[in-house]
Amino acid sequence: MNLTTDVAVVGGGPSGLTAAAGLAAAGLRVLVLDREREAGGIPRHSDHTGYGLRDLRTVMTGPAYARLLADRAVEAGALVRTSAMVTGWAGEHALDVTTPEGRLRVDARAVVLATGARERPRTARMVPGDRPPGVLTTGQLQNVVHLHHGRVGTRAVVVGAELVSWSAVLTLREAGCRTVLMTSEHARAESYAAFSVPGRAVLRVPVATATRVVRINGRDAVESVEVEDLRTGERRTVPCDTVVFTGDWVPDHELARAAGLAMDPGSRSPVVDNTLATSRPGVFAVGNLVHPVDTADVAALDGRHVVEHVLAHLSGHASELSGLDGRAGIPLRAEAPFRWVSPGLVRPGAGAPPRHRILLWPDEHRAVARVVVTQDGREVARRTLPWPVSPGRVFRVPSSLLSGADPRGGPITISLG
Amino acid sequence: MNGGVSRSGPLPDGTVDVAVVGGGVVGAAVARELAGREADGRALSVALVEARSDVGDGTSKANTAILHTGFDATPGTLESRLVRRGYELLGGYAERAGIPVERTGAVLVAWTEEELAALPALADKAVKNGYRECETVGADEVYRLVPALGPGALGGLTVPGESIICPWTTTLAFATEALARGAGVLLNTRVEGAQRDGGEETVLLTNRGPLRARWVVNAAGLGSDAVDRLFGHERFTVTPRRGELLVFDKMARPLANRIVLPVPSSRGKGVLISPTIYGNVMLGPTAEDLRDRADTSTSEEGFAFLVDKGLALMPELLKEEVTASYAGLRAATEHGDYQVHLDAAQRYLVLGGIRSTGLTSSMALAEHAAGLLAEAGLVTSVRGQLPEPPRMPNIGEAFPRPYMCDDLIASDPAYGTVVCFCERVTAGEIRDALASPLPPADIDGLRRRTRAMMGRCQGFFCGAEVGRCLALVPDSVEESR
Repeated sequence: MNLTTDVAVVGGGPSGLTAAAGLAAAGLRVLVLDREREAGGIPRHSDHTGYGLRDLRTVMTGPAYARLLADRAVEAGALVRTSAMVTGWAGEHALDVTTPEGRLRVDARAVVLATGARERPRTARMVPGDRPPGVLTTGQLQNVVHLHHGRVGTRAVVVGAELVSWSAVLTLREAGCRTVLMTSEHARAESYAAFSVPGRAVLRVPVATATRVVRINGRDAVESVEVEDLRTGERRTVPCDTVVFTGDWVPDHELARAAGLAMDPGSRSPVVDNTLATSRPGVFAVGNLVHPVDTADVAALDGRHVVEHVLAHLSGHASELSGLDGRAGIPLRAEAPFRWVSPGLVRPGAGAPPRHRILLWPDEHRAVARVVVTQDGREVARRTLPWPVSPGRVFRVPSSLLSGADPRGGPITISLG
Repeated sequence: MNGGVSRSGPLPDGTVDVAVVGGGVVGAAVARELAGREADGRALSVALVEARSDVGDGTSKANTAILHTGFDATPGTLESRLVRRGYELLGGYAERAGIPVERTGAVLVAWTEEELAALPALADKAVKNGYRECETVGADEVYRLVPALGPGALGGLTVPGESIICPWTTTLAFATEALARGAGVLLNTRVEGAQRDGGEETVLLTNRGPLRARWVVNAAGLGSDAVDRLFGHERFTVTPRRGELLVFDKMARPLANRIVLPVPSSRGKGVLISPTIYGNVMLGPTAEDLRDRADTSTSEEGFAFLVDKGLALMPELLKEEVTASYAGLRAATEHGDYQVHLDAAQRYLVLGGIRSTGLTSSMALAEHAAGLLAEAGLVTSVRGQLPEPPRMPNIGEAFPRPYMCDDLIASDPAYGTVVCFCERVTAGEIRDALASPLPPADIDGLRRRTRAMMGRCQGFFCGAEVGRCLALVPDSVEESR
């Protein structure tokens, strides 16, 4: 079956649904394709509060937030198809889709990729040992507990100490499973102090910093993990029956790669510019696909941001916006301790990036963030930001720091001074 | 005794004509072969006896999954002959039964002068093994065949016939056809003793009670020497040789469209890079002799070794995500050939020491076994009225799968309901696997039948849903938690 639409949105999480609502409200025909049985994305199974702060100016639970965004997209006139799995590209802006009602070919005038990110599972982290069941990611854990009301063990080791790791601890507690240890390879626990301090106090979870899991033991069920202190090399065995690998996000980028889009080696995301356009005209990328990962509300605001740029593209005004006669944007680069920066291209004259923020992913902690912006050997800006650089969460830099860059100059580099 | 699958409780009464001990690829092939035969106008009754909860759950599930031409076997050995014959038999059977095979071809790559000098002798050896298609090629041709190879290749030897095959479907097809031919499959049944009862029968003592058989075929793989000792023999010792493998994301598949083999040399056995039938790329194996016959854990040393090798062989490959790592145990012995021995007085045949070539040679081994049993007095012929081979569900990446088939989805929406996104496994396929003649006992068994949860997310998205599907079926939830 063939379907035509103005915009196809792949992925019905916060960013995709928000983009769909905005595009539909602007009068476009919008088709959201989501492979899950219900739209809403990751918040569907994050059964705790804190969602909606930046985009909706209110706070609610993940499932409520997921439902609200899905309802708003539908109310705005978007068609949201669930159990609809995009399996590949049928053309520049055409998609092959499998649904229970049959296979679809969707021809669109523009495509918004909003496929999100997932946690690296044990295999991708190459943790050796036995391979019993009971080794999960937070995503699987929360699916099991919140959506399927399934059971896990009684003693868990949680790998990682980011926000999502504490979310895993809460879910484990709800399922009657005690977290006996959290490990972080970083010298300090990554997550917001506001969470980890009461987290440690209320949940009484010991956090082992500068520690990595080096082996899982137990043939038929998890019996223990072996952890190593990175400072001393000392190893010890921690008895447990469940291991949850948290964080260490990787974008679900297969569709982007299948299109041959330019990719960022640091984030493994498609490279986007400040309009969230990818290297293929008419294909945009939003949300945690392009910054794995920021919070759901930040992802949703990408969806809001992309609306005017999709509209401009469809009305043929995109080149006017660029102000550079179609010349490619200026590459934005990040130096260590940053792993990646998003957007990866700055198109002068095309407006600010979402929320006027440049997003970076740090691999190390810095208590004081002295941000230095350089271009062609020249210092463009230097500013000390009032928030620390913490691994495991996005570091945000105001895009105004780039305003002094030469629109006809070379790559811009962001580093810490 | 009746056919069918039995997982628990006392074993069926009566005496079977043949008990095949070991439900790996070899045992399943033997059970299939013998269940299709008759003696004195009466169909043989066959029991396939497996200690684990599923067939193909040992060495047969964790190997390099190559359909070998046998070009590098030791000429004149039984292994050489049976691999050659098995290559033809299994290649033909795979087409009939729908076992996915990709005729990728292989190239041995020489990285040192010593390896380069060894290539002509390898080509000669191939001819002695009855394989004439090998060709030595220069470095340019090697890089044309596999552009992603790292720098430093000096030359190579092509083996166009080397192919990749699904080892899981192969074992399942044999066991499924054995069932269709009337055999019984006794799972969770560990043979712990053997007693001769008069001249005619053997009583196999198992954890589920005695099983009486007129003939016994030992295809117990890693346990074949132990079972051989139950019959009073001291002929060989299995030293499990652990091979660890890394499986890379499907995004890596364009890097390796054919099998890249190492040249055996004084610096030890190298590792291979192979496309997998599921659309991934595999790097390995390591080779480490163990004492523990169940230790399929992976190790830090193994991973480090593979990463090191992989970086030299194909640097681009290591930039992709690892989606699986596993370790298999090969049933290596102190002998240079398969350990096939017939004891006519005991009515006992052992097919032991079947190393990594056993997948390829399995059907030839079964044919050979039928011939040996005839020598010992069990003269059989192929039955006239046999059911058609089963048509196995395709889990190969190169062939159409339900999610891509309009007709199938139109006839049943479950085939359009993708449950495991990474591997594109549909609710229909999972349902079919659970309703098949030989259903899975756990998540791993379901994975081997459908590919569910073997992808890059490892269950992040679908783990709970797949677990739910499995839990809907009674008796299959033990390990699914």
